Amino acid sequence: MASAQAGAALAAHPSFVREKILLGMSVREYVRSCCTPANAIAAAILVVGVPILVYRFIAGLGATTALSQTAPWGLWIGFDMMTGIALAAGGFTIGATVQLFGLKAYHPIERPAILTAFLGYVMAVIGLLADLGRPWNIVMAIFNYGTASALFEVAWCVMCYTTVLLLEFTVPVFEWLGWKKLHSVMRKALIGLTVLSVMFSTMHQSALGSLFLLAPTKLHPLWYTPYIFVFFFISAIIAGISMVIVESMLSHRAFHAQVAGQHVDVDKLTLGLGKAGALVMFAYFFLKLQGVIDGHAWGYLATGYGAWFLVEIVGFVLVPALLYAYGSRNGNVKLVRAAAVMGVLSIILNRLNVSIVAFNWNQPVRYVPSASEVIVSITLVTIGVLAFRWIVNRMPILREDPSFAEGQH
Amino acid sequence: MRIGRRGFFKIAAVTAGAAGAASASAALPHAEGTDGPGVLVDTTLCVGCRACEAACAEKNALPAPPASDDVMRERRDTAPQVFTVVNRAEKDDGTVRFAKKQCMHCIAPGCASACPVRAMNKTAEGPVVYDASKCMGCRYCMIACPFDVPKYEYDSWKPRVRKCSFCADRQAKGLKPACTEVCPSGALTFGRRSELLELAKTRIYTNPGKYVSHVYGEHEAGGTSWLYITDVDLEKLALRTDVPERDIPSLVSGALGAPPFVMTLWPPLLMGLYAFSRRRDTVEGDAQENGKEDRHG
Repeated sequence: MASAQAGAALAAHPSFVREKILLGMSVREYVRSCCTPANAIAAAILVVGVPILVYRFIAGLGATTALSQTAPWGLWIGFDMMTGIALAAGGFTIGATVQLFGLKAYHPIERPAILTAFLGYVMAVIGLLADLGRPWNIVMAIFNYGTASALFEVAWCVMCYTTVLLLEFTVPVFEWLGWKKLHSVMRKALIGLTVLSVMFSTMHQSALGSLFLLAPTKLHPLWYTPYIFVFFFISAIIAGISMVIVESMLSHRAFHAQVAGQHVDVDKLTLGLGKAGALVMFAYFFLKLQGVIDGHAWGYLATGYGAWFLVEIVGFVLVPALLYAYGSRNGNVKLVRAAAVMGVLSIILNRLNVSIVAFNWNQPVRYVPSASEVIVSITLVTIGVLAFRWIVNRMPILREDPSFAEGQH
Repeated sequence: MRIGRRGFFKIAAVTAGAAGAASASAALPHAEGTDGPGVLVDTTLCVGCRACEAACAEKNALPAPPASDDVMRERRDTAPQVFTVVNRAEKDDGTVRFAKKQCMHCIAPGCASACPVRAMNKTAEGPVVYDASKCMGCRYCMIACPFDVPKYEYDSWKPRVRKCSFCADRQAKGLKPACTEVCPSGALTFGRRSELLELAKTRIYTNPGKYVSHVYGEHEAGGTSWLYITDVDLEKLALRTDVPERDIPSLVSGALGAPPFVMTLWPPLLMGLYAFSRRRDTVEGDAQENGKEDRHG
């Protein structure tokens, strides 16, 4: 009797699960559609990575990481946290461009940028929970005010900004669910949320750099500078712009069905972003030089670390800056995209250099991440990509929902 | 959204006030507690008996240190279960010197300023102590310490940061720290820091040529409770000699003064930009409509 009722209930609302979750397919069709080579790879990563993540909480950090008394921070901080958050900077960069600076042409890439930022932050927080020795005590940050700590600023900004991103993300979620009243409320709140997103991101992207201010004897002089927080903020903008270009290139390739029938000139947007990228990247290059001058660190350029520093600031800052400038000036979209890929790599390289490679450079024993740390990081990225795809296939992220098209710009 | 002149002054006043408050709170740790308890370590008097290691282990319920002095053949560091170690070095003339390493109990400690939840804390009495119940295990204190003192229990599922507490509990009862109580050679002197500084300098001045003319800890990291005088390079005795003279919190306080400005200046600035872009859109819209009318007319 009960099952019959449930069946009746399901029959009464067959559309929701079928249309919204299963993409209009039956369960069997849906499962079959999921059997793709890409999914097989993703599944293989999760099958290995998730148990390692669980094992870390049972056995402790020592059993799963290569962390030591001289290397208290490793890949989970250097990559998952430092890099993940920087690459999520597209959310506030494009949000401000569209909502506050009124460049409405960039509206089509605003939602994917915000979604990437949101998922990036969620993954960074999961990585952080894995890295914290006593993750259950994370709530202590709400009740104890270590206001002299840059990490306190980071903690609060992560909390606040993840909430802001969640709220920004509710706009497409409500469109997907068809909740018009809540949707119009959140749409109106979007301006305010964007202001908050710029404010929190400014503080917190730079505070991630401030974390290293108190270690002048541990961070290599070529990377240590009293202005490191400015460098982190500027390079986060580079990361944001570059990520948005790379991501719109990939998503418009991967999600044909979503963007079909739209008249969005991605190439034109890419060139516009490239121009911005060139400007910010040139500024960043000269700031990095300024850092060397200010730290009287010229002598270190002739060492091995100096060579590695030059690889970072010439190979991955000056070269992509020139590519951005040349590409956007001559309308060469491919060149701008190549520059964007290098821009993303540039920020990954910088964050890993500051937190791992050039950190404790004068210690006899160096940190090399363990296999488990690498696998967990790959697993978190995979979960992020899967979540992005799941959402994009269902919600109005890359396309407009026709019933909500009015009021969109 | 319209900000009148009065409103503007209000925002400016709040900003200035917040910035002033921030710099005032950042200035506090330097002024206070410069004359707490301290220990003077005279490495020329230490005989390397390691009684301090044993007393420390007993007081803190840690495993007893290795019995054989052979352990001193290699340079040792403190560890999660070892809060103090004695290291050995030979002078050029073959004389042997020893130095004990433990938490320096900085006057303005980097570790305590780095802790986002105040699990690591500088007490008003002087010792820098740790409360595991608040700690979330970020290990930023380990990054912050210029002496590499805090150690972590990586092998536990419920890890703690471990380091010397300066026997804060014993001091509260009027007792000396356990290590200083058992030292038989007079290498460790417990007392007020200001008096120990005078004692240290007196020893240096009254024994010309004997000591290196430097009190390690007087200015290192802005000053520490533990002070060392020596006749060998302390680097050889496993103490970090690259520690800056500025106190660690002051390296960060400038950057931490920024948030009040960002929080008060960004919203009005960004809303201004928004109002500007709205106005531009409206003007463009009007211009287009006028254009249409002209054509029709």
